[in-house]
Amino acid sequence: MVAARPLRSTAWRVASRRMGIAASLATLAAAFVATFSPSANAMKIQTVKSPGGIEAWLVEEHAVPMMAMRFAFDGGSSQDPAGKEGVANFVTAMLDEGAGDLVSRDFQERMEDLSMRMNYEEAKDAFYGNFETLTANRDEAAKLLKLALTKPRFDQDAVERIRQQLLASLAYAARDPDKVAQNEWYAVAFAGHPYARPANGTEATVGKMTGADLESYRKRVFAKDTLKVVAVGDITPEQLGKLLDEVFGDLPDKAELAPVAKTNPVSGGRQTVVDMNVPQSVAVFGLGAMPRKDPDFMAAFVLNQILGGGGFASKLMEEVREKRGLAYSVYTYVYPFQHTSIFSGGVATRNDMMGQSLDIIRAELKKMADGDVSQTDLDNAKSYLIGSYPLRFDTNAKIASQLLGLRMDGFGPEYVDNRNAMVAAVTLDDLKRVAKRLLETQNLIVTIVGKPTLQQAKKG
Amino acid sequence: MLKLGVSRPTITAMALFMLAFAHQTVSAEPRASEFKLSNGMEVVVIPDHRAPVVTHMVWYKVGAADEPKGVSGIAHFLEHLMFKSTDKIAVGDFSKIISKLGGQDNAFTGQDVTAYHQRISKDQLKTLMEMEADRMTHLRLTNDEVATERQVIIEERRSRIDNNPGARLDEQMNAALYLSHPYGVPVIGWAHEMANLSREDALRFYKRYYAPNNAILVVAGDVTAEEVKRLAEETYGKIPANPEVETRARPQDPPHIVPRRLTLKDPRAGNASFHRYYVAPSYVTAKPGEAEALDLLMKILADGATSRLYRKLVVEDKLAATTGGDYSGYSLDSGAISLYAVSGNGDLKAVEADVDSVLDEIRTNGVTKLELERAKKSLLADYIYDSDNQANLARRYGWAVAIGRSIDQVEGWPAALSKVTADDVKKVADEYLDARRSVTGWLLPEPDDGKAAGEHVEKPVAHTRS
Repeated sequence: MVAARPLRSTAWRVASRRMGIAASLATLAAAFVATFSPSANAMKIQTVKSPGGIEAWLVEEHAVPMMAMRFAFDGGSSQDPAGKEGVANFVTAMLDEGAGDLVSRDFQERMEDLSMRMNYEEAKDAFYGNFETLTANRDEAAKLLKLALTKPRFDQDAVERIRQQLLASLAYAARDPDKVAQNEWYAVAFAGHPYARPANGTEATVGKMTGADLESYRKRVFAKDTLKVVAVGDITPEQLGKLLDEVFGDLPDKAELAPVAKTNPVSGGRQTVVDMNVPQSVAVFGLGAMPRKDPDFMAAFVLNQILGGGGFASKLMEEVREKRGLAYSVYTYVYPFQHTSIFSGGVATRNDMMGQSLDIIRAELKKMADGDVSQTDLDNAKSYLIGSYPLRFDTNAKIASQLLGLRMDGFGPEYVDNRNAMVAAVTLDDLKRVAKRLLETQNLIVTIVGKPTLQQAKKG
Repeated sequence: MLKLGVSRPTITAMALFMLAFAHQTVSAEPRASEFKLSNGMEVVVIPDHRAPVVTHMVWYKVGAADEPKGVSGIAHFLEHLMFKSTDKIAVGDFSKIISKLGGQDNAFTGQDVTAYHQRISKDQLKTLMEMEADRMTHLRLTNDEVATERQVIIEERRSRIDNNPGARLDEQMNAALYLSHPYGVPVIGWAHEMANLSREDALRFYKRYYAPNNAILVVAGDVTAEEVKRLAEETYGKIPANPEVETRARPQDPPHIVPRRLTLKDPRAGNASFHRYYVAPSYVTAKPGEAEALDLLMKILADGATSRLYRKLVVEDKLAATTGGDYSGYSLDSGAISLYAVSGNGDLKAVEADVDSVLDEIRTNGVTKLELERAKKSLLADYIYDSDNQANLARRYGWAVAIGRSIDQVEGWPAALSKVTADDVKKVADEYLDARRSVTGWLLPEPDDGKAAGEHVEKPVAHTRS
C-alpha cells in the first residue's frame, strides 16, 4: 500500500546528528547495492536452478525459521509508455489489492494470517519485489505471491482508492523541496529520454490510469527472461527450486520491453531554480559518470567516498558543514543506471547561503579534478570501504539486497570474494586520472528549489 | 515507533510458538545479559554471531525533556558537540578515526534519551570503547566550534521542521498537547532559543548528566558477555562515578479537562489532512497490560489497509485518500496516541466526523476476537522480522533500559501481549480515546493569511538560468 504520509507523528521526535542520505535517494534506493558488496567470511552463495529452469542465488541460513526473497524484472519506470507516466509505480501499489478469487480485503487479511511480507518498488530500470515468510507458512505464502504476480485483479474500486492515494502523494511531493529538486534534476539532465520522466507520474497521467493500463504493464514486464531472484534464509536448494517454479513458473518466457537508448546527462552545464517559498533551499547537482563495468568505475567509487560519500569524513562535509556550518546535510554518490551512469549529490542550506555553498562545492570538485588529493585521503577511504564491507551483510534482508544488486549489474557470485582486492588496487594515479575524467565541472547540472541567493559570495 | 523487543533467536522461538498458540503464556528464555560496573554504569550484551561485526551504543539517561526552561535544544546541541575534541582526539577526528577503522557512527537525541552508536568489525571494539569512554568526561569545546555547529543545528531544524508543513503542525500540536510537561517542547529546540545556545549551556548540561552512573552500554553482535565485561572494565570502568549527577525531575501535567484544536495553513501542505493526538500512559507509567493493550488497539484501529479507520474512511466512505496512526509508548512520563487521515476531496469536517464515529464505535463495542488474534499475530511477526537486525536489537534494549524497563520486561513482552483480552482493549479505548485528553489539528493547503478555505494554492514555478 502506498500511503501519502504528510505526518508521521513520531518521526520528528528524535533529532539525530546526520540525516539518512537514503531519504534523499529514495527514488534510487532499490538498486544502490551494486557498488558495494562482498562479504564476509563464511557466507556461501549457491546457484540454484529450478526443475523448470529458473535460476536463483541462495544463501542458506537455518538458524532462524524464516526466509527473505528479493527479485526483480528489468524495466521499471523507464518502461512507462509516454502519456502513462507512473504506471509502474501504480502497479507496485496494486499487487496486494486482490488477486485470483481474493478481493482486496480477503487478500490483505490472508497476508496477515500468514504473517507474510510482500511489497514492491520500482526504480528506473527494474521492478523489484520483496517477499519474507516464516518457514511454517512458506508454501501458503508462496501461493499468495504467485497469485499477486500472475492474477492481480486490478478491481475498479481498488484502482480508484489507490489513485486517490497516489494523487495525494503527488500533491505533497510537488511541494517537497527535496523531491522537486530531484525530479527537476532528471528532467534537465535527461530531457527527451525515459529517464527524464517523473517516475510517479503526474496528476494528469495518474488521474487517467485504468486497470487495463496496469495489466498491460504487468504482462509486458513480468517475464522469466529478465527475472532475477535471490533467496536468503531457512530453505534448501531443492525447496527453493520448487518454490521458484511454483511462484514464477507460469509467467511468460519473454518480456516485451520497449528499447531504452543509452544516454548521458546533458553537457555544457545547467542551473535551474524552482521558486518555492521555503526558508531553506535544496540543491541537487551532478554530471555523467562511467558505467558500472568501466575499468575506472572502482576508482570513481573510491573518489566519491573521499569527496562526499557517506559519513563525516568527506571533504564536502568538512568544508561545508564542519568548517563553516552552512548545512546539516551534504553528500555525493555514484550511481550506475542500466543505460547511463551519474555522479550526483545534494546540499540544503538557508536561502542566502546557497550561492556560497555551491561555490565551495564547485571549488572542491575542481580541486579534486586538478589532482589535489593525497595518499592519506586514499588510504583512509580504502580502509573504510574495505573494513566496513561486512556491515552490509549482517541481516538476511541486507544480504538479499546486496546480492540482487550484483545480479542486476551482471556480476557473478565470485564478485563478493574479489571486491575488496579491487578497492585495494586503486592507486593515487588512478584516482587523479579518474578525477580528471569524471569531474568536468563545466558540465555540472544544478537544480535548486527555494528562494536562493546565488550571486557570487565571498568565500569564508 | 520504537517498541520493545527481545533478542532474535529468543523472540523467534517464542513468537513462532505464540503465533501457533496465541492464547498460551510462554516464559521467556533470556539471551541478553545485564550487569553493572563498579562505577554504576549499566551494561547490556546481546550476542549475535552471524557476522563478525558489533553494534556499540552508549545511552545517557537524559534527553530534551530534561533541559532547563529557555534553553531548548541543548541536549541535541550537546550531542553534536560531542564530536568535537578531547585531550586525546583532535577536532573533528572522532568520526574520521572510526571511518578509517571501517566503522560507521552517529548519534541521536530524544525527549528521554541521548545515544551514541557505532557499527564496526568486532576486533575494533576496544578502540571504540576507549574513544567513547574518553569523551564521556573529557570533552573540550571552543567558542568558535560552538558557533559553527550552532549554524548546523539551525540548518537541521530548517530541513526537518521549517521546510515541512507536516512537521510544523506536529510541533504545534505537541506544544498544545502538554500543559506543563516539557514533552511539549521540540527535541531540536525552538528556533529563537537555539540561536542563543552557548558553550557554557552545553558544558553545564554535560557536567550535570554525563557520567558512567547515568549511562548504559549496549553491545550487540559477535561478542560474549565475558568479553564485553572485561573490555568495559578496562575502559568505562576507569571513570569514577559522579555522585553529583542529576536525576530527572520534570514538571508533570495536571489532568487534561478540555479538548484543544488548531489549524495550520501552509500553501505547501498537499491535500488537506486531519490529525489527532491523545495523551496516554507509557510502558513505564501504565498499569500492567495497558500499554500492550494500547499497542493492539492502535494496530486494529489505524495500522494498514485492514484497519478500522482505513476500512471506513478510505474503502467504504471514500472520504480519505489514506489513514494511519500509532501508539508511542516508549517514553518515561507519558505516551501518546496519534491518528491521521489525508482527505480525498478536502472536506475535513466530514473526515473528522467519520473518524470520530469509528472511535465511538470501538469505545462502545470494543474489538472482535478475530481482530485481536490477527493483531497479536501481526505484532509478533513484526518482531520476528525486525529482530533479524542487530542494530534494531541494540536500540530496543537500550531504549528500554534507558527509561527504566528491566531486561525481564523486555523479554517478557510477547507473553504480556498474548495475555491481553478484548475487554482490556475496549477498556483502554474507552479511557484514553477521550476527547479531553486530545489535540486536533487540521493542515490546510492555503496561504497563511487568515482567508477562508478553497482559495488559490501557490504552485511552484520553474525558470532556468544559464
